[in-house]
Amino acid sequence: MSHLLEVSDLRTRFHTAEGTVFAVNGISLHLDQGETIAIVGESGCGKSVSMLSILRLIPIPPGEIVSGTARYRDHDLFQYTENEMEDIRGKEISMIFQDPMTSLNPVLTIGRQLTESLRAHLPMDKKAAEDRAVELLEKVGLSDPRQRLSDYPHQFSGGMRQRVMIAMALSCSPSLLVADEPTTALDVTIQAQITELVAQLRDQYHMAIIWITHDLGVVAGLAERVIVMYAGLIVEEAAVDELYEDPRHPYTLALLAALPRVDRRRDRRLKSIPGAPPNLLVEPHGCPFAPRCEYLIEHCKDDNPSLTQVGGAHTIACWIDIKTGKPR
Amino acid sequence: METTPTPFKIAAFTPDELEAPPLTLTQLTWRRFRRHKMAVFGVITLILLVAYAFGGALIFSEGYANHTDTTLRLNSPSTEHLFGTDTIGRDILARTIYGGQISILIGLIAVIIETVVGIIVGALAGYYGGLVDSILMRITEAMLNIPEIFLLIVMAKFFGGKIPGVDVFGRTYSGSVIVIVVIIGLTSWMYLARIVRAEFLSLKENDFILAARATGTSNSEIIFRHILPNSMAPIVVSATLGVANAILAEAYISFLGLGVQPPTATWGNMLDGANNYLESAPWLWFFPGLLILLTVLSINFLGDGLRDALDPRSRTV
Amino acid sequence: MTRYILQRLLQGIPLLFIISIILFVLMMSMGDPVATMGGRRVTRAFDYERLRRQLGLDKPIHTQYLYWLIGNDWAKVDLDGDGIAETTGVRHGVLRGDFGTSLVNRKPVMEVIGERLPNTLILMLAAEGFIILGSLLIGTYSALRQYSTLDHLTTALLFIGYSMPIFFIALISMYLFAVLFKRWGLPYLPTVGMFDPQVGKTTSQVMLHMILPVLSMSIVSFAAYSRYIRSTMLEVMSQDYIRTAKSKGLPRREVIFIHALKNASLPIVTVVGLDLPLLLGGAVVTERIFAWPGMGRLFLDHVSRLDLPVVMGILILIAAAVVVFQIITDIVYAWLDPRIRYDT
Repeated sequence: MSHLLEVSDLRTRFHTAEGTVFAVNGISLHLDQGETIAIVGESGCGKSVSMLSILRLIPIPPGEIVSGTARYRDHDLFQYTENEMEDIRGKEISMIFQDPMTSLNPVLTIGRQLTESLRAHLPMDKKAAEDRAVELLEKVGLSDPRQRLSDYPHQFSGGMRQRVMIAMALSCSPSLLVADEPTTALDVTIQAQITELVAQLRDQYHMAIIWITHDLGVVAGLAERVIVMYAGLIVEEAAVDELYEDPRHPYTLALLAALPRVDRRRDRRLKSIPGAPPNLLVEPHGCPFAPRCEYLIEHCKDDNPSLTQVGGAHTIACWIDIKTGKPR
Repeated sequence: METTPTPFKIAAFTPDELEAPPLTLTQLTWRRFRRHKMAVFGVITLILLVAYAFGGALIFSEGYANHTDTTLRLNSPSTEHLFGTDTIGRDILARTIYGGQISILIGLIAVIIETVVGIIVGALAGYYGGLVDSILMRITEAMLNIPEIFLLIVMAKFFGGKIPGVDVFGRTYSGSVIVIVVIIGLTSWMYLARIVRAEFLSLKENDFILAARATGTSNSEIIFRHILPNSMAPIVVSATLGVANAILAEAYISFLGLGVQPPTATWGNMLDGANNYLESAPWLWFFPGLLILLTVLSINFLGDGLRDALDPRSRTV
Repeated sequence: MTRYILQRLLQGIPLLFIISIILFVLMMSMGDPVATMGGRRVTRAFDYERLRRQLGLDKPIHTQYLYWLIGNDWAKVDLDGDGIAETTGVRHGVLRGDFGTSLVNRKPVMEVIGERLPNTLILMLAAEGFIILGSLLIGTYSALRQYSTLDHLTTALLFIGYSMPIFFIALISMYLFAVLFKRWGLPYLPTVGMFDPQVGKTTSQVMLHMILPVLSMSIVSFAAYSRYIRSTMLEVMSQDYIRTAKSKGLPRREVIFIHALKNASLPIVTVVGLDLPLLLGGAVVTERIFAWPGMGRLFLDHVSRLDLPVVMGILILIAAAVVVFQIITDIVYAWLDPRIRYDT
C-alpha cells in the first residue's frame, strides 16, 4: 500500500552572493491519508523550505532542488510540468502560511481571493463561487460572511485573516494541508482557537496534515507523529507520545529540557542549548548538532549518522545511545 | 528523566569552525560596488572623459579651438579635422575638448552650490522641526512645482548679461558661465534638501544625539559633527547624480541659446541651431551629443553603483 | 477618504500662495513693471507716472502683490497725483485670469496662451499614455526575465535612454526616421510643425506629425518608469501574498498581471504627478526642435523678445497646473489603494 505522500532524499540549496546555502540536506518522510504529522525544529532548520520544495514554490534562480523525489499518489511531483503543478496546488495539496498580515493580497477583496481558487480548479460561475465562499467563511467561524466578501484584508484582525487563509486553503477540499507555523504570529488565545478549528476541519474533510512548528506544545494536541529537524536533516522521528516520553536524540532531549515547566524548582535556571545554529553556508560535514552536543565523541565530527530504527516506528540519527552514554 | 551526561571523549571546536568571521563595513561596501559591473564601467569611462576634456588641452590650444576659417566651413570628418568643422570653420574636436571642460566644470560647481544650499535647508528643517520645518518645506515644495527648465530659461535670459567675464587659470570665461552655474545650483537644491531632512528626522531621535545634548553640545556642533557625518551616504549619491543633472541642465539651456554664449564652447551650445543642418552636417550635433550622453550615462552608472554600495535600502527611482 | 481629499486641497492653497509670492518677486526683479503690467512701453515721463499710479505701482510692495493677485478694479487710484484717489483701477488680478497684455502683439495674455495650449496638451497626453502603458509592459517583462541576457540588455538600453538629452534623442530620431528612411526609399516621418500646410489640419496629419515629438519627449520618462516598475515588480513578486497566490494553483498569468501588477503599479500614479514638471520642460525643447506650435515654443519666443507678461503668465499657469495635477494624482492614488480608501 503506497503512502499519500512519500519524500525521498530531498536536497535543496540556494545560490546567493555570499555563497551556497545548504538548506535541506537529504530528508525523507512519508504520510498517509488522514494522518497528521508535525515537523519540529528551530528557525532555519529547513522545515519550511522542505515543504515549499515539495510544492515547487521555491524561486528557482537562487534556489535549486538538487536531488530527491516527492511522490504524491505515486507520481513524482518533481517530474510534473508547471501546468500540472498548478492543478495540484490548491486542489490536492494546499498550504497555509505563518504571517496572515502579509499573506493576503492587500489590494484584492477577500471575496475575490476566495473565489479565484474555486474558479481556477472547479467549474463554477461567479455566483456559485460566491455562495461557496460564504459557506466557507461560515465554516471557519466568521460572522456576517456575505458582507465580508467585499472587504479588504486590512479591515480584519490577525486571527480573522488566518481563518480566511484556512477557508481559502480548504476551498477545493484538498487531501493534504501543509500548515507552516500558522499560529506563530498570533496571540496565545487565538492560537488555541485556530488550532482547534484546524483539528475540527481535518475531521470533517478527512485531510492529511503536515504541521510545521517550533512550538512543542502545539504539537502534542494535534499530531500523531513528530519529525524533528536540525540543520536541514531529520534527527528523530517517533509517535507523539513516545517522543515526549522517550526522546532518544540529544537535540530532542535538549528541546524538551528547554521547555519551561510549571512544576520546576524556582531556583533552577532555564535550560538553554549552548552554542548557535550551524552556518548553513558551509556544506554539512559530520553530525550537524555536534558543536552543541553534550554527548559528543570524536566520531561525530567526521561522520554524519543516518537514521536508524530504535524500536517500532521510532528512528534517530545519532552515534550515541543517550541512555548509556556509549556509542551504539 | 535527569541523566548526568558522561561524554566519552570531549571533543572541542575552534571558534572558526563554529562561525564565519564577519566582514568590516568597508569590505562589504567595496564588495557590493565591485559586483556592480556597470558602475565600474562608469568610473572608467568618466576617467577617460575627464582625461579627454582636460588632457586634450595639451594637444589643442584654446586659440585653435576658437580659430575660424570660413573656407573650411562645414567640412565632414577628415584626417585633419577628426570630427569635422562647424558653420564658421572651427574644428569640432578641439571645441568638444574645451567645451567639455566648461560643461564638466559647470556640472561640478553647480552641484557644490546645490549641495551646500540643500544641506543647510534640509538640516535646519529636519533638526528644528515645527514652524521652521513647515516654512522651509513649503518653499522647497513650491520650487519643486515650478519646472526647472522654465525657471532656468527665464532667469538666464533676464539676468544673463549682467555679470562680466572672469579670468581663471589662463582661460577667459564669459560672465554667462557664472550666471548659469549659480542659476542651476539655485534651482536644483530641493531634491537634496528633502533627502537631508529625512535623514535628520530619523537620526535626531537616536540615543547618541540625546547623549550629545545631555553633555551640553551646541546645536550647530550636533548638526555638523554628529548627524551630518552619519547621513553622508545619500548625500554622496545625490550629489553624484546631481552632476549629471547639472550637465544636462546646462546642455538644455545652452542648446536653446540662452546659456553660455559663444565663442566659449560648451557641449550644449555647440548643438544650438544644429537641427538646421540635420541632414547636411550631422557631425555638428552628433559628437557633442554623444559626449553628453556618455558623460551622463557613466555618472548614472556610478551613482547607481554608489547607491547600492552605500545605501542599499534606499532603492527607489 | 473625503477627509483626505479635503486635506489635500487645503494643503494646496498655501503652496499656491507661496508659489505666487516667489513668482511675483521674480517678476518684479526682472524688468520694468510698468511695461510688464501695463502692456506697453511708455517713454514720456508724464504718461509713465500716470501709468505707474494707474497700476498701483506707487504703493508699498505688499499692496502691489495684492493688486497683482486680485486686481485693483475694486479700489480707487489717484491718477492725477493730487493725493486724492478718484479713478477705479483696471486690473482684475491674476486670480481672475488677468495676466496683462502681451508686449509683442497687444493681445491679452490669456488669449495668447489659450491659442497654443491645446497643442501642447495633445503632445502631453499622448506622451503620458505611451509612457505609462509602455513602461508597465517593459517593466513587467523585464522583472519576469530577471538575470536573463534580454533583461541585461534591456536594462542597459533603459539606462542609455534615461541618460540621453532630449534634443539628442530628437535629432537622432529625426535623422533616422526622416533623413535616412527617405534616403532608403522607406516611408518617412515629418519633422516640422503640426501638419503639412498643403494638406491641411486633418487628424491623420496631426497624428503623423505627432509621432517624432511624442517619441522624443517620452523616451527619458519611459526609461525611468520602466526601471521603476521593474524594481517594484521584483519587490512585489517576492512578497508573501504572491507565494500564497501561487500555492493556490492560480495560473501564472493571473498571478503576475492581477496579483502582482495591481500592487506594483500603484506607486506609478504618484510618479506621474511628480514627473509632470519634467515632462513640461521636455515639451519646451521638443517644440523648439520640431517647430510644434505649442506653449513651450510660445514661451521661448516671448522670452527672447522679453515679453514679460506672457512669460509670467505661462510660468504661473504651469506652476498652478503642476500643483493641481499633483493633488489629483494623490487623490487618485488614495482611491485606488483600498488601504487608504477604506481607512475606517
